[in-house]
Amino acid sequence: MNATLDTRVVKEKLIHFCLGTCGCVSILTTLGIVLILVTEAWGFFQHVSLVEFLTDTEWTPLFADKHFGILPLISGTIITSLIALSVAIPLGLIIAIYLSEFASERVRKTLKPMLEILAGIPTIVFGYFALLSVTPFLQKFIPELTSFNALGAGIVMGFMILPMVASLSEDALFVVPASLREGAYALGASKLQMIFSVLVPAALGGITAAFIIAVSRAVGETMIVAIAAGQEPIFTLNPLRSMETMTAYIVQVSLGDTPHGTLEYQTIFAVGLMLFIITLVLNFISITLRERYKRSFQ
Amino acid sequence: MIFSGQKISVAELVFKLIAILAIVLALGVLLALIYDVLSSGFGRLSYKFLSSFPSRFAEKAGILSALAGSFYLMILTAAIAVPVGVSAAIYLEEYAGKNWFTRLIELNIANLAGVPSIIYGLLGLQLFARYAGLGRSLIAGALTLSLLVLPVIIIATREALRTVPKSIREGSLALGATKWQTIWCQVLPVALPGILTGCILSMSRAIGETAPLVTLGALTYVAFVPDGLTSAFTALPIQIFNWTSRPQEAFHANAAAGILVLLIVLLCMNSFAIWLRARFQKKLR
Repeated sequence: MNATLDTRVVKEKLIHFCLGTCGCVSILTTLGIVLILVTEAWGFFQHVSLVEFLTDTEWTPLFADKHFGILPLISGTIITSLIALSVAIPLGLIIAIYLSEFASERVRKTLKPMLEILAGIPTIVFGYFALLSVTPFLQKFIPELTSFNALGAGIVMGFMILPMVASLSEDALFVVPASLREGAYALGASKLQMIFSVLVPAALGGITAAFIIAVSRAVGETMIVAIAAGQEPIFTLNPLRSMETMTAYIVQVSLGDTPHGTLEYQTIFAVGLMLFIITLVLNFISITLRERYKRSFQ
Repeated sequence: MIFSGQKISVAELVFKLIAILAIVLALGVLLALIYDVLSSGFGRLSYKFLSSFPSRFAEKAGILSALAGSFYLMILTAAIAVPVGVSAAIYLEEYAGKNWFTRLIELNIANLAGVPSIIYGLLGLQLFARYAGLGRSLIAGALTLSLLVLPVIIIATREALRTVPKSIREGSLALGATKWQTIWCQVLPVALPGILTGCILSMSRAIGETAPLVTLGALTYVAFVPDGLTSAFTALPIQIFNWTSRPQEAFHANAAAGILVLLIVLLCMNSFAIWLRARFQKKLR
């Protein structure tokens, strides 16, 4: 009896340990990412000063005359992201308000899965669409648009992140207690007045969290910009031109045969570190906001 | 009074109109995308396209190696990520107490779910391809994708576990079962459809991922079916990327046909997940 009890205890402890080890894999993944990005970027910063990296307006690591200023890649990332956000945020918020406050249960149940389809389409497909359909379509109206451009890529990226903005904003609206709505109605507010002066402000924390995670997605999105925005790291704000984002640069170098250990090879880790830091900060702001505002209603 | 009431309903009508326009626009983009891919790719879709290797000549090129690569990649990724992810979720949901360490793991998983996929590519390139010496192999790709989908599996599994009523656990424990017996024989069977749904959805994300595999250095021209864990490989999204990036229009048609295949596979996976979810919800009620 005692012997079987012992093996039972040992077995339980062993299982507990194994499960805990699996739980730690996520921590190890983060540690791995940080260690690898930092060690490789360290090698890069032995040759290039941080000041040059952050202030030079030329990015030409693959040319004979090498410049290592990340600003052109940052400007490319910002422009494409801004275009995407100006599509995704207004449309996403309006759709979220409509679905949560106006749409009937039946309409909701048909529309949500359709939007989910949009969210489930691989980004490579969106890239194809941006380059071969949206850009030619836009060129009918804007003749000076080059075949690789930030505008088409940004717009398509906006539609890619739209379902996520809509769904997260809807979640934020959903957790607002009914008493707030009823209070507004009791004071004589119309439906729209209730929505825009009570509901949206009450859900603002969650909605902001949705917007910030959308920014993070747009900054990290890769295939759409790698295919449709081009590979010219130019420090410009003109969305009709070809430009290169941080992610597209990593793809460009990965496709080439850059030997391991060279400065060119290390640049992708320096750029990757920059990208990781930006998205890490955005993700944490979003996570904290969402948790804080969920709790405040309870 | 009546007048102001009318005015408000006009504003409401305008808002509704704008909202419906927004939805039409979003779904219109979806339709345009599908129409576009169908119209340029459908003609290329044939058994020969599925069973041929890529070629310099667009008309002769097919997706056999990409299809095989994606298939093996999915099997391997599922075999690695599902057990680890489900175990981690069980640990967090059933074993871990509420302390700073669990909180750290939770925050970390939430953050990992938002890390750009290309960063996972850099991790895989250095950790699996270089340090572990696996090179641009199938197993290196599968390990990279596993780390990528792990947060999705963990989050979905935890949600499934949370829907299992406490009474089931208490009943089992009261009968003298150990904690693990309770979880293995009672909790997991009830949560299984939900867990499976999450796993399928995570796999459907993995099958469309391009950036990490490109970063890892998966080859774009592979004229053979992978024959082992360390074999070089290509995958559907990479083949599509390669064809899309070429200037010739004939290759664009190939890309569209490849996209059709990818979307059909995804549709099948997602329908299966939705079917599972519907069955699951019925059972609990």
